[in-house]
Amino acid sequence: MPDVAGINDENINSSLNLNSNHRIVVIIGSGPAGLTSAIYTARANLKPLLIEGEPSSTSDQPGGQLMLTSDIENFPGFKDGIDGPELMAQMRGQAERFGTEILTEKATKVDLDSSVKGIWTTNPHDGPPNFTADVVIISTGARSLMLGVPGEDRLIGHGLSTCATCDGFFFRGKDIAVVGGGDSALEEALFLTRFANSVRLIHRRDQWRASPIMQDRARSNEKIIPVWNTQVTEIIGETSVKSLRLVDTVTGKESIQEIDGVFIAIGHSPNTDLFKGQLKMDDAGYLITGPGTATNIEGVLACGDVQDHIYRQAVTAAGSGCMAALDAQRWLEAHESNR
Amino acid sequence: MSGSIVNVTDQSFDETLLSDDRAVLVDFWAEWCTPCKAIAPILEALAEDEAEKLRIVKLNIDENLDTTRRFDVLSIPTLILFKDGQPAARIVGARGKSQLLSEIKVYL
Repeated sequence: MPDVAGINDENINSSLNLNSNHRIVVIIGSGPAGLTSAIYTARANLKPLLIEGEPSSTSDQPGGQLMLTSDIENFPGFKDGIDGPELMAQMRGQAERFGTEILTEKATKVDLDSSVKGIWTTNPHDGPPNFTADVVIISTGARSLMLGVPGEDRLIGHGLSTCATCDGFFFRGKDIAVVGGGDSALEEALFLTRFANSVRLIHRRDQWRASPIMQDRARSNEKIIPVWNTQVTEIIGETSVKSLRLVDTVTGKESIQEIDGVFIAIGHSPNTDLFKGQLKMDDAGYLITGPGTATNIEGVLACGDVQDHIYRQAVTAAGSGCMAALDAQRWLEAHESNR
Repeated sequence: MSGSIVNVTDQSFDETLLSDDRAVLVDFWAEWCTPCKAIAPILEALAEDEAEKLRIVKLNIDENLDTTRRFDVLSIPTLILFKDGQPAARIVGARGKSQLLSEIKVYL
């Protein structure tokens, strides 16, 4: 590994002015997958640049989905659990400690289809790429889906929230709803019982998808009221959320539920818009990888939720980030003579 | 947290708005809000870059519920831009620096 870095250092130095924005490895995305690949490639002396994204109140932010998660109880090594943002701060610090260069910007365009890959972080992007790279590791993750019903866009921040850990406080003693039936929905509902008077857990099926332990906790929490076979079709309120229009998925019957606030946790969609027309994706937009973390383009690897709709765990994302870093090293070693 | 952005309170809020000719951007925040922490350095940089036209202050919602309720803040971070003491723009949720600046620039 040191040889790889050594040779590339010379390459960079020999054409310093032209190539001062060239990196051996550029990582796009900074959840557990991206940060783990940064830790490993930094320790392999590949001097990675991590483009971590920009602040937002959705999961599309530095640190990713775990920035909106209060308690992580299943990440090995933390017997008593750990706060999502705290875990991500630790991973980020660890990546920095080994020399990862971190840029708090968003990648806005990529050109992956040549031997030297281009990455833009500006908008518009008519000039040359802001960075070039031999290897690009994609770990842009997934974002929370919204319902796409009337009232939703207008009432975000006015009783409709994408961040339970940010906004639970405002619903002390209130009657609220969480929409969804997976682990994240149940986690949010349980978290919100710390503040709310009641939490209606609205799900379109007659059973939850969440893990048994979360289901047990939700069932035994008396503040949680399961609402089965029900879809939200409208969020109603002039200046803040007042009620939800619901439809029974079995009978088709409509009803109105008065509510003070609503949190959406209905699933995720991969952040792959940037790669359309360049990388192979499945019907849901997830990147197709294999063997290992390889994509259909040489020197482009993908890890974490952006290529995984099955496991979607912090620990599996971190594991695949490690795989991508090792695949990057092997690829660089194999292509050393060409560079 | 260090930096030039001062905390205002329920008591000092109105006086703060009136005592400045510049536009005043109020950052409604709390210790436990991760996106609030993420934008703190961005606001510090913005306060410095735009010092001539803009003053930025922050209000801890845990300690200042009156002002928080007065402006119907139900989600943080919420940023409210005041011109001549009146709310002119409201931004809910964290943003990157250039996005944030583009949303308030017309009021400066």
